[in-house]
Parts: sequence; structure tokens; C-alpha cells
Amino acid sequence: MDMPAPSIHVLNRKSRIVERLTNALSAEHVKSDPVETRAYECDALTAYACPPLCVVLPGSTCDVAEAVRICSDERVPVVPRGSGTSLAGGALPTSDCVVLGVSRMTRILEVDYESRCIRVEAGRTNLSVTDAIEEDGFFYAPDPSSQLACAIAGNIAMNAGGAHCLKYGVTTNNLLGLTMVTMDGSVVEIGGAHLDAGGYDWLGLVCGSEGQLGVVTEATLRILPRPEGARPMLAGFASPEVAGACVSDIIRAGVLPVAIEYMDRKVIEAVEGFSQAGYPDCEALLIVEVEGSPAEIDNQLGVIGNIARGHDPIALREARDADEAARIWLGRKSAFGAMGKLNDYICLDGTIPVSELPRVLKQVGSLSRQFGLDVGNVFHAGDGNMHPLILFNANNPGELETCEALGAEILKLCVEAGGCLTGEHGVGIEKRDLMHVQFGPADLEAQMNVKDVLDPAWLLNPAKVFPLSASATRRAAA
Amino acid sequence: MLTPSDERELAEAVSGAVRPLAVRGGGTRRVGHPVDGDDLTVAGLSGITFYDPGALTLVARAGTSLALVEATLASEGQMLAFEPMDHRKLLGTSGEPTIGGTVAANVSGPRRVRAGACRDFLLGVRFVDGCGRIIKNGGRVMKNVTGYDLVRLMAGSRGTLGVLSEVCLKVLPRPESTAVLLLAGLDVEVAVRAMSAALNSPYEVSGAAHVPVGLDGDPVTMIRLEGFEASVAYRAGRLKARLAEFGPAEIERRTEGPESAAAGWAWIRDVEAHGGTGEDVWRLSIPPRDAPALVRNLGDARVVLDWGGGLVWAAVEAGRDARRSIASGHATLIRADDETRNRLGVFQPETEPLATFAEGLRRKFDPQGILNPGLMG
Repeated sequence: MDMPAPSIHVLNRKSRIVERLTNALSAEHVKSDPVETRAYECDALTAYACPPLCVVLPGSTCDVAEAVRICSDERVPVVPRGSGTSLAGGALPTSDCVVLGVSRMTRILEVDYESRCIRVEAGRTNLSVTDAIEEDGFFYAPDPSSQLACAIAGNIAMNAGGAHCLKYGVTTNNLLGLTMVTMDGSVVEIGGAHLDAGGYDWLGLVCGSEGQLGVVTEATLRILPRPEGARPMLAGFASPEVAGACVSDIIRAGVLPVAIEYMDRKVIEAVEGFSQAGYPDCEALLIVEVEGSPAEIDNQLGVIGNIARGHDPIALREARDADEAARIWLGRKSAFGAMGKLNDYICLDGTIPVSELPRVLKQVGSLSRQFGLDVGNVFHAGDGNMHPLILFNANNPGELETCEALGAEILKLCVEAGGCLTGEHGVGIEKRDLMHVQFGPADLEAQMNVKDVLDPAWLLNPAKVFPLSASATRRAAA
Repeated sequence: MLTPSDERELAEAVSGAVRPLAVRGGGTRRVGHPVDGDDLTVAGLSGITFYDPGALTLVARAGTSLALVEATLASEGQMLAFEPMDHRKLLGTSGEPTIGGTVAANVSGPRRVRAGACRDFLLGVRFVDGCGRIIKNGGRVMKNVTGYDLVRLMAGSRGTLGVLSEVCLKVLPRPESTAVLLLAGLDVEVAVRAMSAALNSPYEVSGAAHVPVGLDGDPVTMIRLEGFEASVAYRAGRLKARLAEFGPAEIERRTEGPESAAAGWAWIRDVEAHGGTGEDVWRLSIPPRDAPALVRNLGDARVVLDWGGGLVWAAVEAGRDARRSIASGHATLIRADDETRNRLGVFQPETEPLATFAEGLRRKFDPQGILNPGLMG
């Protein structure tokens, strides 16, 4: 993984920069000792790490603006950080950067049930947003797997998704407003408790921009009333292709489940060994969850069951109560942990049209054999959001590289099938150099033009998203 | 009038332009500051190029008529869930609305309150920027975070950053049945509370509108439920009970004729109440809790409330500034003469630094300032 050479001018001025930041905030919230900054050297893409120049943990939007102004003035790159759970290296520091972490900013600022929204500081974790409104019967819909730990700031940066997006949409569909600090130190307010703005869609543009256009400090999120109930059904099939065809038929039938999750044999076996969820012995299984009143759930599961029966299921199991529902979800929720027990892995999230699932799954299988590395598939099938987990042993020299090469081939396959490189994790550094596969030079140029406008010196979250070769001229000029 | 018939010709028309271009689809939604330029229509870029009902996706060239898109979807039991408004009755325009125009103006309808806006269903775009470069963003998958989201930037940018040549949309199953709960005689404040109670219930309300002066002269509040028949019947009963404090709700299930649910919601969607009058029409997108105060501030204006109070269509005396009446949100002047539009501004003025960023984006995407210059400010 190439990263640009750090700026010697910045490195030489480390003590002055740290001093200015310390004076502006407080010594306690500026960390420059290598022992203290160790926790910030990487995110959840642990294969790559780099100690930053220093770490700043502001307590308010004002503090963030002050810190950003100093960094801008000193021409220091800024790497914004939520909880550091990015699987794509979205919060990977450079040695000449200031990591700007919003993890201390976790307050609920306002709950407004009349307008159905909540305003929070962006360091608040995803799940704790729902925690704050659950008693009143509401929830915040996007539910990335890391929701216990991940921050709203990172969710917005990456436009995070989750298992229940099929019905409720991803972050961008549930974001009503935000406060962010742009690299010139301005505090920008976008949107609010109302639904649609008349001008340009700044919310849409900032959401998913991977912290490269501004540092998000507060957010207004759409909240929804909890459904009366939810219940899953489990169906096991003789082949991945049949399971894939079943997914397409369910969607076609006009039922809109909240989630359709897929697991293949590799993952089923791993989770059985890990959590004894009692899954059937089959090549592929689906977990389909629907919501509503008990009668509505029965009705919808009836329709889905009939569709599944048309595909000769090896097993078909409907949860009758909360315990059975929990058992069905247990294996799915422990899938990543279970795979981690087997070996090291990298997890990709290329997304394809649902109708291409059978063909692409088959080709992933042949690529896995060709590269000699096992691949387990566990993913959000309803929206075609794949999650191939490539197993490798980091202690074997060269195996990480082989693993990355296989990953690149799988992602190219996703793009060829009419899909994209990443459905919910983001580009970060991980997929940066594959952007050429999906976009032509003019497409990338148009995106980089946006960054030129909001961050003309290219200081925010450097060396992410765009191939270094594509951004070289801009970075050199800045 | 420039009438390119494919994307290549469109790119040539833009790169060869020597004067500003007034870009349009069907020309039925002439909202924005008047543009002085040569007419360029994308109506010649027509046709559905891809439709996969099993993947809920449809790709169409920008000039494809909205009617064709909706008929094609209906034949497979699907629909555009954002329920795009038809502006013709309100604005007194004629012609055929196009899918490109719908996207360029981010046009939604009553179901927006639950399902999302046009921009939420837009999966991918192809467009020609002001230099004649063909650019693509997004794709045809439900989840896509690859690179910056220019898809949403293009939605609602009204041809000022690029001319759409093709759009890809997520579509949804058409509901099997519909029920509308009608509450009579509520004043605006109580109506907003009733709509809020409905939207905050678990019964998946897909429309909540209020008209202080309905067709028979009395206030009417409309709450919509959609889905499978058994489910709709169940939810209608439960919701009626939950809304009991607001008076007895009548449950309307007719599927044909002027009293049908479809006709009633089309009337709200297209703001027919304000069609053919001499008043100015404002579209006020606000926090729903502010709706009662806004309606009071507007005084004798005629209003239609949608989105549970989050969208107020106000018909006011010509030349009057209704923007002053909102505490927060966005006020757009949808219908007025040129003089009023120039004096009051059509869109909510952007605060700094967003106004500077907006100008910066226009310079990047359209360095010569030829795409609908001045339309959005």
C-alpha cells in the first residue's frame, strides 16, 4: 500500500503545532506521546497502521473549528475519526497528520417526536441513538454490524448501511441535517428537522464523502416508530444458485422483508462450531425477517414460505417465538467472530444486482480455488450487498498480498456484473487503487472537483478514496 | 431549439454552445429564476434501456416520458414509490413531464414522508457537464458508497451542474390495496397532532395531509395506509381506534371515481387546490411541529398541508413574501411572475459558506456558465 511521503516541513514543526493545539484546547485532550497515540494508529483494517503526528479530542464544535483553523494555518493534514471501526482504512493516519477524534462528543442535543427526529453530537455511537428513544417506541434505522461501537460521524462519512437497509435505507436516507467544520474553520449548518431543501443536496454530497469535505460534529437523524413485532424465517438450500434465485423471487413477489441475509456452507460450518445455532446441513441458507402485527407476520411469512418451497428447500423453519428468533439470528450475528476463529480474514463488500447473485457466487468460488484461499460468503442478499470473507494467515509471508489480489479480482467481478466496489464500507485506502475499474478519468475528475471546492488545499483525510496517481497533481499543487 | 437525440449529440450540443442554454425535459416545471438562453431539450433522448423487476431497478434515458415509465412499471405491478408530482395543473403548463426533469427537480409526492424523496430512489446518473464531458456516477445497485455521491448532487440541481442523459431508479412493488382514514372538521393545530399521532404509530402510514377548506368547504385530514389487503384492513382498524380522540374517522376504500383514494391523493400531490388562480404559490418545507405557527403567520393565505405538516403549499396574494413566515426550513417560490421571482428570489438563500461552495461547484462543473445560468442563484 503506497502512501505519499510525509511533509518534512510539518514533521519539523511538530512541537510548535502541538503547542498551538494545546493552548487552544487543553493539554489533556491533545495527545502527542507515542504511547498515548498508539490506539489511533489504525482502524479496523488492522493490516495497516501509522503513528500520527498527534491526536486531538475536542469537546465541542467550537473546539473542532479552533483545531481545524490551526491545522489549516499550519498546513497540517487532518484525519477525522469517529470510533475507528472502518474496515476500509478510512481513519488510517499519516505520520504528518493530526487525528481529530470526535469520540468525546456524545450528547443528545434534542429529541423531537413531533418532527420525528433526534439531534446528536456526532461522536455518539449508532446503537446509543436508539437507546435514547427506545422507551418511547422509536428507533434509528441504519444498523451496521459494528453498531455497538461505531460513531454517527463515521456512519455519515461512509454512508453506513446494515442488515435492515432493505426496508429502511442507508444513512443518507435517514439523515436530515448536520453541522460540520470545513477546512477553512467555518461552521456549516445543513438541513435540519425538515425533509427537503430547495437548493443543492449538500447532505447527500457530504454523506459518504469519507471525511474529505468537512468534519461532521452534529447530526439530525430521522427516527421511526418501532413496528409491532418482527420475526425471521430460515431456509436452507442445495446450492448457492438456488438460494440466489429464491431471493430474487421474494423481491419480485411484492413482499418487502426488512432483511434477507445469506450464508454459505463455509460460514454455516464455522458458526455451528462457534455458536451451535442449530443451522441445517446445507450449501446455502437465507434468513428472511418481516415486521408487523402477529397476523401480518404470519401472512408475510406464509407468502415467503411458499416461494421458498418452490425452490426445494432442505430445511424451512419459521420462528414461533422470541427464543427461536434469537437462535436464528445467533449464527448470523456471530458469523464474523466465528470466521475470525478459523483464520485471519479480509472482508469485502462489493455490491451487485440481486439477479446476478447466482452467477457471481459461482465465479467467486472458482476464483477462490484459483488463488488457493478459502472464501466464506455471508451478506445482505436482499440488496445484493456481498461480503466475501477471504481467509488467510498473516504469518505466512506473501499471503496477505495473495489475499488482496484475490479481493481485487472479486471486486472487478462485481463491477463487471453491473455492481460496485463497495456497498457500505467505503473506499478508504483499501479500494482506492481499484477506483479506475469502476470510473473513467472524467468520472474521477468530477468527484475530485468537488473536493477542490470544499477543501482546496487537500488537507482533509489525505490519500484516501482517489488513486494516488489520479490525485497527484492536485496534492502537489496544494 | 437544440434537440439532441442521443448522449453523444447532447455532449456536442453543450460543447459547441456559444450562448447560455436553457436546459429542460418536458418543460412542465418551469421553476427557478428565468433563464435567458437557447432552449436545449433532452426530450429526444428517450426510452427505457433496462428494467429488471426482480432487482427492482429501471434505467431510462432522461427524455423518457414519466407516463411511459409509470405505465411500464405498472405492467409489472411496480411503481415509483416517491410518487412524483405533476406540476401542469398548478403551473398551467402543457407538454409531457420527463423522468430527467423529475430527477433534476427532485420531485416527490405525499409518500415522500414515509418512503423517501426522488433523490432517495436515484441509484445512478449519466450526465454531460458544462464542458461537454460525459460523466457517470452511482450505478444500478441498491447500496453503493464507491466515491463521492454525485447522484444526489445531480438530483435537484436543475440542470445547473450538468445535463442528465440517463437515470437509474430503484422501484418498489405497487401496494395491493389502499385505505384512507378521513377526519373531518379539525383545525390546523389539532390536525397536525392527529397526523403526528398517525405517523408515530407502528401502522406504516404512507401519507398524511390536511386541507383547511376541502372540496365540500370543510376541513379534512387524510391518512393513508397501503399494502396487502389483510394488513391494510387490520391497520385501518387499529389506527382508527388510536385516533379516536380526534373524532370518528371514516374509512374510504373506494378504488374508482373522484372519491377514490387514488384521486384524492393525486389532488393533494398535484396541489390542485391552488391550480388556475392568480395567487403566488410557495412550497414551504418545514419541521412539522412548526406547521400551526406557520399557518397562523400566513394569515389569510390558502394552504394545503402534506407530509404530516412538514410541507405547506401556500397560495398568497401576488407579490407577497411568504418566506418571512417560516422560522426554519426552506421556502421555494413555485409560481409567480418574473418580477416577483427576481425580487424575492425563488430558492431559500444559501448561508455562507454554502453560497460560496455552490458558486464554486458551478464554476467547476460549468466553467463557462452556460447551463441554466442564474436559475438557482
